[in-house]
Amino acid sequence: MNKDPSRAVEQVARLSYGRLVAQLARRTGSLADAEDALGDALARALEAWPVSGVPDNPRAWLATVAWRRLTDQARHRALPDTYQMELIRMAEERGSTAECTSDPRLGLMFVCAHPSIDPALRAPLMLQTVLGLDARRMASVFLIPPGTLGQRLTRAKAKIEAANIPFAPPEGRDFEGRMRDVLNAVYAAYAVGYNGIPAGDTKSVGMAQEAIWLASLIAAEYPPESEAHALFALMLFAEARRPARTDKASGALVPLEEQDTELWDAACLADAERALAHAVRNPSLGRYQLEASIQAVHAARRRTGKTDWQELALLYTGLVRIAPTIGARTGHAAALAKTDGPEAALEALDAIEADKVASYQPWWATRAHVLAELGRTEDAMATFDRAIGLCDDPAARIYLAGRKSALLHS
Amino acid sequence: MQYIIMNYTPPSDDADADSIRAAADGELWGAYTRALLEAGVMVGGEALHPPHTATTIRVKDGQREVQDGPYAETKEQFGGFYVIDVPDLDTALEWAARNPAAASGAVEVRPVVMRA
Repeated sequence: MNKDPSRAVEQVARLSYGRLVAQLARRTGSLADAEDALGDALARALEAWPVSGVPDNPRAWLATVAWRRLTDQARHRALPDTYQMELIRMAEERGSTAECTSDPRLGLMFVCAHPSIDPALRAPLMLQTVLGLDARRMASVFLIPPGTLGQRLTRAKAKIEAANIPFAPPEGRDFEGRMRDVLNAVYAAYAVGYNGIPAGDTKSVGMAQEAIWLASLIAAEYPPESEAHALFALMLFAEARRPARTDKASGALVPLEEQDTELWDAACLADAERALAHAVRNPSLGRYQLEASIQAVHAARRRTGKTDWQELALLYTGLVRIAPTIGARTGHAAALAKTDGPEAALEALDAIEADKVASYQPWWATRAHVLAELGRTEDAMATFDRAIGLCDDPAARIYLAGRKSALLHS
Repeated sequence: MQYIIMNYTPPSDDADADSIRAAADGELWGAYTRALLEAGVMVGGEALHPPHTATTIRVKDGQREVQDGPYAETKEQFGGFYVIDVPDLDTALEWAARNPAAASGAVEVRPVVMRA
């Protein structure tokens, strides 16, 4: 542990926030109270540690201070179970830091992704309660006004407390569905940090890394859960390519198949491949396993020098079958453009319901490329315009504008 | 921890079909109620007459406004409720999923405010 007090506070907050919130909330049933108490303890640490030095076990120190605050509150409210809390506090003070067998942060994630919580709130709720990110920081990434996001999160926590959503991971037949909800929320947290956000935006880069951290926690806790490992792999593959995503000179987005593989993060790719190898040991052919396999095919270009489009088309066919999202169907069409030609790709694109793609930028961009290949220049120009108009990432806008003007001068 | 389970069932427009269905439905509801009782989680509950028997009242500026019909006109009708005592929301949702209305209409689950 770092001996510089303020760095030490930051470090213990980073590593222990979710664990402490989970422990405190599990006993009181209130996430909001747990967060308040922990926030208070962290503020006290910032005052006390520079004077008294960093304690030997900073996390136990924070747990004790936060716990004392919670029990003070409880005494004011004269809750009937104050006695029980007192016993726990005494145990805590005696230095008993024995952890329960499973990481309490996992239980917290299952609470945040509970089916009774609005799906749109699950990712920010998880980032806030497990990692301590504040609503202000997340608001711009989730495209919700800060005040509104703060209010919704407060309301969600009030519901968790009032409705008594259990803090333990579910058992039995519910487990699989609930795990899928957790993974989807983690992926949503990652996606907002990766897509739709300017490539150089450090705020959202941070968010993507926080999401990867959450996935690694789940994978570590549930070794046989192949979808968790696959999701972890999927995010690491995408993360490894971040340095190659934008052209330094023009600021334009560089599409995956044109990226300089030398710029990819080799260590990160190796981690991704290891995680995927672990996932396929227990083949479930779940959504994330297919998506990670697609990423692995793209990553293989670093060794082989070419992209195996046949394999990609096959994987996308499988993905569309089990998770027919517009993203998967658009990806499938892009692969078909390489294997079966632009006519087949156009047919696949146009098979997607028009109202679903009206504002989905990748569909318009893919369609514009396909039309250009078919020699339908005029249609392609109009479609590029539509795609450019839908961009929220300046890098993508620069790239598409470049493709459009190349078409104009060809 | 107590939860109220509110049953919302689709309306029936055919009176004959209604009486046939009522008999079959009666068995379903009876079985569900017995299951709640035997599990020892039932606190209370009532079945209600259909929404057309409802009267809604508001007092505005000291004046009573009485209206024929239920407060909210919805396709599914609020037909009755149970109050159960279970440890947490997951358990309450398990019971709600077994409610006959869950398959034909909808079931709303809400925590009951407990007083110490």
